[in-house]
Parts: sequence; C-alpha cells; structure tokens
Amino acid sequence: MLDVQNLSMRFGGLLAVDGVSLDVQEREIVSIIGPNGAGKTTVFNCLSGFYKPTGGKVIFEGKEIQGTPDYKISRRGMVRTFQHVRLFTQMTVVENLLVAQHRHLNTNMLAGLFGTPNYKEREQSALDRAAYWLERVGLLDLANRDAGNLAYGQQRRLEIARCMVTEPKLLMLDEPAAGLNPAETKELNQLIVSLKEDYNVSVVLIEHDMSLVMDISDRINVINQGKPLASGTPEEIRHNDDVIKAYLGEA
Amino acid sequence: MTANNYRHALFCAVVTLIISFPILGLNLEAKGVKITLTGAQTSTYIAIALAAVAVFVFQAFRDSFMGVLGKLPNLNPLAGREPMEQSKRVKLESWILTGIVVFALFWPFLVSRGSVDLATLVLIYIMLALGLNVVVGLAGLLDLGYVAFYAVGAYTFALLSQYTGISFWMALPIGALLAGVTGMILGFPVLRLRGDYLAIVTLGFGEIIRILLNNWTSLTGGPNGIGGIPEPTLFGMEFGRRVKEEGNTSFHETFGIAYSGEHKVIFLYLIALVLAVITALIIRRFMRMPVGRAWEALREDEIAARSLGLSRTAVKLSAFTIGAFFAGFAGTVFASKQGFISPESFVFLESAIILAIVVLGGMGSQLGVILAAIAVTILPELAREFSEYRMLIFGAAMVLMMVWRPQGLLPVRRIQITLKKQE
Repeated sequence: MLDVQNLSMRFGGLLAVDGVSLDVQEREIVSIIGPNGAGKTTVFNCLSGFYKPTGGKVIFEGKEIQGTPDYKISRRGMVRTFQHVRLFTQMTVVENLLVAQHRHLNTNMLAGLFGTPNYKEREQSALDRAAYWLERVGLLDLANRDAGNLAYGQQRRLEIARCMVTEPKLLMLDEPAAGLNPAETKELNQLIVSLKEDYNVSVVLIEHDMSLVMDISDRINVINQGKPLASGTPEEIRHNDDVIKAYLGEA
Repeated sequence: MTANNYRHALFCAVVTLIISFPILGLNLEAKGVKITLTGAQTSTYIAIALAAVAVFVFQAFRDSFMGVLGKLPNLNPLAGREPMEQSKRVKLESWILTGIVVFALFWPFLVSRGSVDLATLVLIYIMLALGLNVVVGLAGLLDLGYVAFYAVGAYTFALLSQYTGISFWMALPIGALLAGVTGMILGFPVLRLRGDYLAIVTLGFGEIIRILLNNWTSLTGGPNGIGGIPEPTLFGMEFGRRVKEEGNTSFHETFGIAYSGEHKVIFLYLIALVLAVITALIIRRFMRMPVGRAWEALREDEIAARSLGLSRTAVKLSAFTIGAFFAGFAGTVFASKQGFISPESFVFLESAIILAIVVLGGMGSQLGVILAAIAVTILPELAREFSEYRMLIFGAAMVLMMVWRPQGLLPVRRIQITLKKQE
C-alpha cells in the first residue's frame, strides 16, 4: 500500500537521505533501523509531509503524495507519532483524543452553535471511540487528567491511542519504546502486534530496541548515513555482514 | 547579601538618578524669545535622592521582598481547599453568572448617569477582551494590533452613517462582518509566524490601520474624526429630545413620559449588555466545539496538530476572523455611544489594555476575563483622586498582580467529560 522509490532529501550541502526505497503491504509491520543520525526520522518526515523530499516518489494507495501538505497526508490515513512525545499537554486526555477526530466531526460552526442532531451524534460517537481506545491502552481512569501530568509510559500509549482514533490505515511510529522500561516495552510489543492483527493497520516502525524490532517486524530496512544498507526479514538482517559492520564498526 | 547584589542595587540607583535628574531637576523656562535652563526647588532634589535610595534598598533586598510576596497566597483562606466537584462548580458558576446578568439589568436604574456610562464602557471592553481571548488565550496567537478591528467596526458604522445614513442595527452586523473579513485578510500573511514575529506584524498592522484613518482625510476626515454618528433606536423610536429622522417617533412621547437624557444612556447600556452576553455565550459554545479544541491544540503543539489532520490555515484564520468579528461588534457600539470617533481612540495603548485584561483574567478563562475587564476599566476611575499618579498606581497594581498570581485572576479549568465504558 505504501511504495517509496528512490527517496532523497537534501539540506543545502548535506544529503540526509539518499535513494532510500521501501514498501509496505497491507497488515505488515516494517521496521527502519540504523545507527544514530542515519536519517531514519528524516525519512519519516518526508513520508508524513513535514518535509518536501528533493527527489524520489512516495506512493500511497496508488497515488503520489510526495510534497502533499502534512495534514492532507494524515487525512488519507497515514498518521505518525514523534520521537519526543508531542501531546497537547494542557488539554485533558479525552480532549487529546477528540482533537484527533476533528475530521470525523461536524465542524460546521452553525451546526455546533445550534447543536443539531447530526452534530451531537458525531460528537457522541467521537466520545465513544475515545473511550474505547482509552480502555484499550489502559488509560480510561485517567481520562480527565491533563495529558501533561501523565507518566511517561502513559503519554506514549496516549500518543498511539490518539493516532488510532483517527482510524488510520498506516501508522508510523518513531521510536515508540524510547524511555520505556522492559515491562512497558513488552506491553507495547503486544499492542503493536494487536494493531496489525485486530485492526488491520500497517505499521512502519523506527526503533533502537532490537528485541522489539526482531520480535514483531515482518521486514526490516536498514539505513546507514542516509543510504539504504540492507533489507529483508529479521533473520536475514541478523546475519547480514554489512549491518553488523555498520552497528559494531569495521574491524 | 552578596557584593554582587549591592553592585546591582547601586547600578539601579545610579540609573534612577541619571533618568530622573534631567527630567525633574532641570526646567526649561521661556523668557521672551530665549529659553533658559533653571534648577528646580530643593524639595525636588531631595525627592530624587529619596527615590534613588528607595530603588537601592529595594534592589538590594529584592529577593526577600519577593519571597514575602510569594508567601502571600497563603493568606488566602481558600488557597488550600479541595477543588470543587465539577457538577457543583458548573451549577455555582451558572448561578453566579445569571445573578450578575440579572443584577446588571436592573443596576442602571439605581445609579447615576456617569456610572451607567462607565459601565457601558466596561461592557465594550468585555466584548473586546472576550474576542481577543479567542486569539491570544485559546489559539495562542499573540496579537498586538487587535484595536485595528475595533477601529474597522467603529469606522464602518461612522462612514456608512455619514454617507448612506444607515441605522445602528443595520451597521452592527455589517461592521462586525467587515472587521471579521479584515481579520481574515490579516491572517493570511501571518499564517507561518508565531510568537514574537507574529506580535510585531500584528502591531504593525494595527498602526497601519490607524495611520490610514488619520491620513485618508477625504474619506475619514483624518484627525478631525467623524461626528454625528446616530444613536441606536428602539423599533424606530429615537431617544433624543427631538426626532432627527423622518418617520421615527421619539421614545418619551410614545410612552408619554417626560424627556430625560438618562433614557438614552440606559438604553445604550442595555444594548451593550445584551451584546456582551451574546458574545460570551457564543464564544463559550465555540470553546466546546471542534473548532475551539482545534484552537487549543494548535496553541499546545502545532506540529502534532498538523500530524493529526488539522489544517493550520483553517484553524488560525478562524481564530483571527472570530476574534476580529467581536471586536467589530464592540467598535460599532463604541461609535454609537460616543457619537464621535477619531483615530485617537484606536492607538496602540488600547490594544495593550485589552491584552492586559486577557492576561490578568487568566488566558482562556471567560469569567476571569470579565472580572479583569471590570477591574482594569474601573480602577483608573476610582483612582482619579490621585490625579497624575493614577496610571502609576495602575501599573504598580498590574506588576504586583503578576508577581502574586501569574496565572491570572481565574485560570481556566478544563471541562471534565464522563465516558461510558465501551464493550
């Protein structure tokens, strides 16, 4: 469903991403790994429309989307999280989830002012969906807390829930396990797998935690210094000499 | 106290001397065609010296002063209490608000004409502050040129009445809509800007509008302003002693009561009250709608908001437009109340005062903003006895307020939503 061909991104003299290609099929978890500064997040920013790639194609469900504004890409069903949690910290947990459902709501101002039946109905279904996902990630009891007051692990889960209420087809997670303890990472592992199994969402994952990556990925792409280094199943990647060199340094 | 502290205090005292001595200690006196420089009285010099000493003492012991000030909230008997339950609080709030409105309805019949006039001004400021609250408090867009939209509303009414003889009731929606359109036009070029940069551009925009009004003499009359703006009518009844417009009747004749100048003032007050209540209700509603949540989301984290499919353009423009719309509302009422407007009424200071109201009240909080509007408008009036020192007192009150309660009078409380468990 997602097909990236020869993507490149240049910042002045720096070629941050150079000829990266990857593809994601329906109900598949694809990981992007690589050493720090390899350009993984830049790839994400290009895919999600935050950067306009300087070369290559991004094809999502048969349409070229490179250069489309970020919010339009998100509305097509390609939603991302961030390396550093980006919640609306002064809003409550539920409100965070309601904001995410903006495009499912009746945003006609007059409809809202007069409280038409259609407006109320959509508002209620948004609340129900929010409640469902809060239950799913175990935050229902904290629904009315300010999002900024949650513990770090909870904030991570809320961010994923916030993506899921938009009902995406493809979820892009940027280091979701960063800063989580082993127990939390295990929960996250199960959550991501269930997103694929139960909700038919494809996942693109950037992650440094190798146990997580090897465990749940269907395929892995390795990037080093902006260039594609290898791609294949976890088993192939584990035994790839180039990858081992890149990670451990050349002997 | 460290030596560093004293050095800083000494520096501040010297600055005080340098600034105040030439301003207060030296007088220019015109003798015939010549101007001579003379010294002031001894008492002035003593006062300057005392001021420098006061600055020195304050700066040297500033930390302990501020420490004492920081403990003051503990004097507040309500400081440590548990927050009230949401349902109770909402009920209490709506009772208080209804009470205030009912009281405000009957109040003008009990007090003097001057007080009612002042109260009308307070209500205009409430409308302005509620509108700016959308832009600054909710959407987090620092707008220093808000007064421009106020001016657009006022001048729309003034010009239309001058050239086409339009009535207040017709001008009210036109003025507000035109101000809203102006807000949208300003919104476009500043979409990408945030924070300081946005503040500077909006500041410039406010000045452009004022200077335009000042210099486009053929249309706006320039600094002479526009006079003879009609007062609002009640179903075609005028409030003047004599009917000005053909076809209208006069209020006191229709009801067979003696003419009184107060009728007009009270009527204007009531119009302002109704409009302020409408403004408050509409914006309150907006805050709980998708658009209100989108404003806040954009304030909290623009990048996250965009990643969730919110269009920055639509959200920012809607905030600007709605804020400006209510400023136009207020401007029309203002023009009608004054009967005369000139660019002088729309200087930067007005923007600053409205912004101060929003910040003092607690960004985003409606009740807080209303209280602050009352305080900020009435305080300088109450302090009139102190004549030239009243702005000084006003400034000091603002500084103390911000030290004591940086979050504003009544900070926003989030709405709690009860969720049903989903199967």
